[in-house]
Amino acid sequence: MMELSNLYDDFRNPDTIKAYARKIALLAKKLDRDIGIMEVCGGHTHTIMKYGLPQLMPKNIDFIHGPGCPVCIMPKERIDHAYALAMQEDVILVTLGDMIKVPGSNGSLQDARSKGADVRFVYSPLDTLKIAFENPDKEIIFFAIGFETTTPMTAALLDVIIKKDIKNIKLHINHVTVPEVMTTLLVDSEDREVESRIDAFLGPSHVSVISGSKIYEPFALQYGKPVVVSGFEPVDVMQSITMILEQLLEGRSEVEIEYTRAVDRDGNKEAQKLIEKYFEKAPAFLWRGLGEVAHSSWKLKDAYSAYDAEVIYDAILPKEQCMDHKLCLCGEILKGMAKPPQCTIFGKLCTPSNPVGSCMVSSEGACAAYYRYGNL
Amino acid sequence: MVKTITLAQGNGGEENNELISKVFYKAFKNEILQRSEDAAVIHNGELAFSTDSFTVSPLFFAGADIGKLAVCGTCNDLAMMGAKPKYLTCSVIIEEGFELESLERIVESMRHELEVNGAIVVSGDTKVVPRGSVDKIFINTTGIGEITKKGISSNNITCDDVILVNRDIGCHGATIFAAREGMEMSSALKSDCNSLYPQVKALLDANIAITAMRDATRGGVAAVLNEWAKQSDVCIEVTEEKIPVSDEVSGICEMLGFEATALANEGTFVLAVKKEDADKAVEILKSFDVCAKASIIGSVTSLHPQKVVLKSGWGTLRFLETPNGELLPRIC
Repeated sequence: MMELSNLYDDFRNPDTIKAYARKIALLAKKLDRDIGIMEVCGGHTHTIMKYGLPQLMPKNIDFIHGPGCPVCIMPKERIDHAYALAMQEDVILVTLGDMIKVPGSNGSLQDARSKGADVRFVYSPLDTLKIAFENPDKEIIFFAIGFETTTPMTAALLDVIIKKDIKNIKLHINHVTVPEVMTTLLVDSEDREVESRIDAFLGPSHVSVISGSKIYEPFALQYGKPVVVSGFEPVDVMQSITMILEQLLEGRSEVEIEYTRAVDRDGNKEAQKLIEKYFEKAPAFLWRGLGEVAHSSWKLKDAYSAYDAEVIYDAILPKEQCMDHKLCLCGEILKGMAKPPQCTIFGKLCTPSNPVGSCMVSSEGACAAYYRYGNL
Repeated sequence: MVKTITLAQGNGGEENNELISKVFYKAFKNEILQRSEDAAVIHNGELAFSTDSFTVSPLFFAGADIGKLAVCGTCNDLAMMGAKPKYLTCSVIIEEGFELESLERIVESMRHELEVNGAIVVSGDTKVVPRGSVDKIFINTTGIGEITKKGISSNNITCDDVILVNRDIGCHGATIFAAREGMEMSSALKSDCNSLYPQVKALLDANIAITAMRDATRGGVAAVLNEWAKQSDVCIEVTEEKIPVSDEVSGICEMLGFEATALANEGTFVLAVKKEDADKAVEILKSFDVCAKASIIGSVTSLHPQKVVLKSGWGTLRFLETPNGELLPRIC
C-alpha cells in the first residue's frame, strides 16, 4: 500500500538538500553581485524558515519575503466587517483558519467569540453547507479569504447554494490575486528601491495550480526577472533556487516550473471557468501595508448580489479607515523592504499570542515564522 | 475594552501559562505551587497530590474514552513524581438527558484503569445540571500517591542529563482531530491513552537515575521541553529525526498543517535521565509493547538557555516554540 509519507519523504531528504546546498554554493561563487530572491507566497516563507534554508545559503543570496499571505494582507477595515457581522444576532460567521486571530479595531474574531458571537472555522468552504443545514434558523456568513488557491472553492460553494436553493448562506468576499500586487512591487514609482532589490521570483505553488504559470510571463518578459514556480517542500525550494541561479548566470529571464507534479502553463481551466462565472474584478482592494492595488481582488457579479453579505449588510458595516499601530512594520515587511527583527516591537510588544500586526498572526506570516523558528 | 476568556487560554501552551500565573498563582501563591510540578509534593516529600478535570469531544474515541482518560490523567501526574497512585476522588457534572448506558460504559473503563494502577476511588460527588449547562459530561479526579523515589523534579535538569520519550508521539491529539473532522482513516491510528505507572515502576525498580519526568498532555512534547528549559535554565537540543512519529500521525499533521510535537498525548512522557543510564532506560521501556519506539531524542546544553533547539537532518537549527493559540488549520 502506498503511504502518505511516500509523497513527501523524498522532498525532505537530508542528502538531497545537502547536495543542492553544495550546488548553490558553487553557482553563487560565479555571481558578480549580491542577489535577492523574493518568495511571493507565505507558504514558501514558512518552508524557508521552518527548514532553516537561509542557513544553507551563501552570503550573497538573500531571501526577500513577499506579500503572499492571505491573512497578513487583510486590512483592519475588512476584519472590522467580519467582527460586525459576527456580532449580529442569529449570525454564524464562518471563515478559514488563522483569520480568527487577526486583531481589528475592536479585537479579533476570537475575542468576538468569547463575547458570545458564533464564529467557526472550516477546512473547506464547502463545510459551510453542513453548518447551514444544521442551523436553519441562523444566517451563515462565509467570510471568504485567500488568493487564487481558495477562490474556486468559494465559487463552488456559491454554485451549490444556487443549485440547491439554500437560503441561509451569504458570502463576504475578500479574494485577492497575485500578479497585480507583484507588479505593484516592481513599478510603483515610490518603491523604486524595492524593484532593484528583487532579482528573481520564487513563484507560488498552489496559486499556480489554479492559474497556471502563464500569469508570471510578464515578469520574465517585460521586467526581466526570472520566475521559478516552486513546490512547498525544502527540496523543491532548493532546486528552484538552483534554477534561478542558472537563469541569472546565463542571462536568461524565463518562467520555469520546478513544481511540475502539479503545475502547468495553463492551470485548472474548470476552476478558472467557475471563478469567471460568479466573480468579476473589483476596481481596487486595500492591501494592508501596500495600500490600494487596482484590479487585485474579486467581487461577486451584480447578478449574484442577493448572496453578497457586503451588499445585504451594508448598513451595519463600518466604513472608517483604520490606522495600523505606528511602530508596526508589517507594511514594509510585506513589500520586502524590511525583515521582522528590524521592527522595534517584534517579539516584545508583538508576539503570536498577542499580535499587533497581521504578519505575526498566520504561520505563513514572515514575523510569525521568524519568531517561531528563530532565524538561527 | 472588557477582557474575556478565549479558548486559546486553555490550550496548555503560552496563553494558558499566562492566565494561570496572572490569575491563579497570584492569588494562591505558595512555595509548593510555585514549583510547577505535575503533582504537588507534600507531607515531607512522602506524598504526591494532583487534580485534573476532563472534557473531551467525542466522549468515546479510538483507543479510549473520557473515563479512562480521567483515571490515567491524574494517576500519570502522580507517577511523573515517582509516586505510586493510591487514592482518588471522582466528581462528575452530568448534563440532563445524558444516556445512562454511556455513563455506565465510562465508569466501567474508570474501574478497569484504577485496577491497572492499583488505586481506589475513596470519595466522590455527582451533579446533574440543566441541558446546555455542560457539554454532556465533565469529570474531575484528584489523587494521592505515595512517593517511592524522592527528588524527581523538572527544576533540576543539568547538562549531565539526556532527554528521552517513551513512545511515538502525538497519537491522542491526531485521533481527536481526525474524529472531530470526520476523517475516515482506515488505519491503526488510536489514542495513546494509557497508565504510565507500570513503566515508571519498571524504571525505578531498575534504579535508573531519573532527574525529571513529565507526561506530554496538552501542548505536547514541545510544551514539556520548553517548560523544562525555562524551569531548569538550560538549553535542550533535540534531533528531529530521533523523535518517533508514526506514519498515521505524520499523515494527519501533513493534511491539517500541525506539528506532531504540539499535539496532545495521554500516555506519552518525556524523561530527563543521567547520560550513563539512558541506554538502559530505553531498553526497559522497550520491553512494554506500546513503547517499541522509545528513543533518546536530545541532549541538555548551554547553547541558548531557556530555549529548545531543533536540529534538522541537513544541519540547520531552529527553535521549537511552546505551542500557542488554538490549534488551527492552515489556509492554503
